[in-house]
Amino acid sequence: MNILLEAFAKSFELVFTLNEDLFEILLLSLKVSGISLLLSCLIGLPSGTFLAIKSFWGKDAFLVLFNTMMGLPPVVVGLIVYLLVSRSGPFGWLGILYTPTAMIIAQMILITPIIVSLTSQIIEEISQEYKSLFASLVVPSHKAIIAYLFDARYSILTVVLAGFGRAISEVGAVIIVGGNIDHLTRVMTTTIALETSKGNLSLALALGIILLSIALTTNFILIRLKIRAKRRMYV
Amino acid sequence: MYKSNKKKLMKLTPIEVIDLSVSLGKDLILDKVSCSIKNNSITAVIGPNGAGKSIFLQTINGLTNIDNGKITFNKIYNNDEIRNKQAMVFQTPTLLRRNVKSNMDFVSNVKNKNGKLIIKNILKRVGLEGYDNKPARLLSGGEKQRLSLARALLIEPSVLLLDEPTANLDPFSLKLIEEIILEESKKGATILLTTHDMTQAKRLASDIIFFNKGKILEQTDANVFFRNPLTKEAKKYINGEILL
Repeated sequence: MNILLEAFAKSFELVFTLNEDLFEILLLSLKVSGISLLLSCLIGLPSGTFLAIKSFWGKDAFLVLFNTMMGLPPVVVGLIVYLLVSRSGPFGWLGILYTPTAMIIAQMILITPIIVSLTSQIIEEISQEYKSLFASLVVPSHKAIIAYLFDARYSILTVVLAGFGRAISEVGAVIIVGGNIDHLTRVMTTTIALETSKGNLSLALALGIILLSIALTTNFILIRLKIRAKRRMYV
Repeated sequence: MYKSNKKKLMKLTPIEVIDLSVSLGKDLILDKVSCSIKNNSITAVIGPNGAGKSIFLQTINGLTNIDNGKITFNKIYNNDEIRNKQAMVFQTPTLLRRNVKSNMDFVSNVKNKNGKLIIKNILKRVGLEGYDNKPARLLSGGEKQRLSLARALLIEPSVLLLDEPTANLDPFSLKLIEEIILEESKKGATILLTTHDMTQAKRLASDIIFFNKGKILEQTDANVFFRNPLTKEAKKYINGEILL
């Protein structure tokens, strides 16, 4: 019990004294997750929208594929990216193994299916709701798509935050392709894993507290937005 | 009251419907119906539930596929240019998940209509002045239907299609919508509306199309129809008897 309290005290000290190592890890985590989320959204939002509103041969297969990929095991993704970007792999010439770039790619593979799949469900629902109205108004496709995305913005924000949650809390893939190298690829989750195994619970706990705080803050903002949107019947 | 200055509207009338058949799935909804809608008329499309009235309006608006037959607007087949000059108000209004003003702005943007003033005037006309920032889906049933009508008016339609526009509405909304229908007619629009309210049909319509079981049984002048309906089904319907 004492060890636990000591760890808690130490972790708060690290946070409130703005420990340099801690914040370097934190910033890298946010950077890697943020960039992978941004890129996944750039791919996932249009792809999800396309899947929702267009009919084409094999559409169901794509939907099943993306739904299945939502549950991809991170270590498997890490392994695949490792094999692709390792020196002997087809993309070995890029020299990105054990860099944040490889971590971003791995996280993108993990979160893009979530963005695609959930966006597709949301846009399909709203496009069905607006179908007759837009057909009657002869709304051009591009304006319809903008309207779907805009009017479903609160639901899509939930998707984006779900993607962020998956990215920021992920450990299996980034530890394989990033290597958990100090001052280079060490992020919060990999540090927690490493420091726990070393018995250095205070740093692990400090990072755990920050990670939880980030999750709590994003969920709090999300719930506030949802309540506001529901009150106005925008969802 | 609104001035009856006739606008320069693209001439979409007469609307000729010839041997029109429409199916939904395996069900034949419209069975070889033929009729002619005169220019600048108010035509009430009446008949029991499931007779095909709504689908008839939707088909004129180009929203359903035609199995057989044809619809022409002043001898031209329906196309996007023609559809851009039509406006439809659905029985259950679909409102965007935005506020009242943004709902209007959307139509304004789609139809390239510019004008804050026009939107303001139309909202005033339908009794929604001062509702700009109110979320549209929080409006009452009557207000929703009036907003739906306001969006349609923004298009300045040559053909206005109204699917039970006053069903279940309060007397205020009903009166307001009927006044607007008459004003639009005076301005030159051709109007088709479905209704179950015979008194409303008598108040508004110059012509009647009577549907039963996917067929048009009568198309005639409203006065003639209510005074002397030709078919026994129409007689029963006017008398409030159940058609089986």
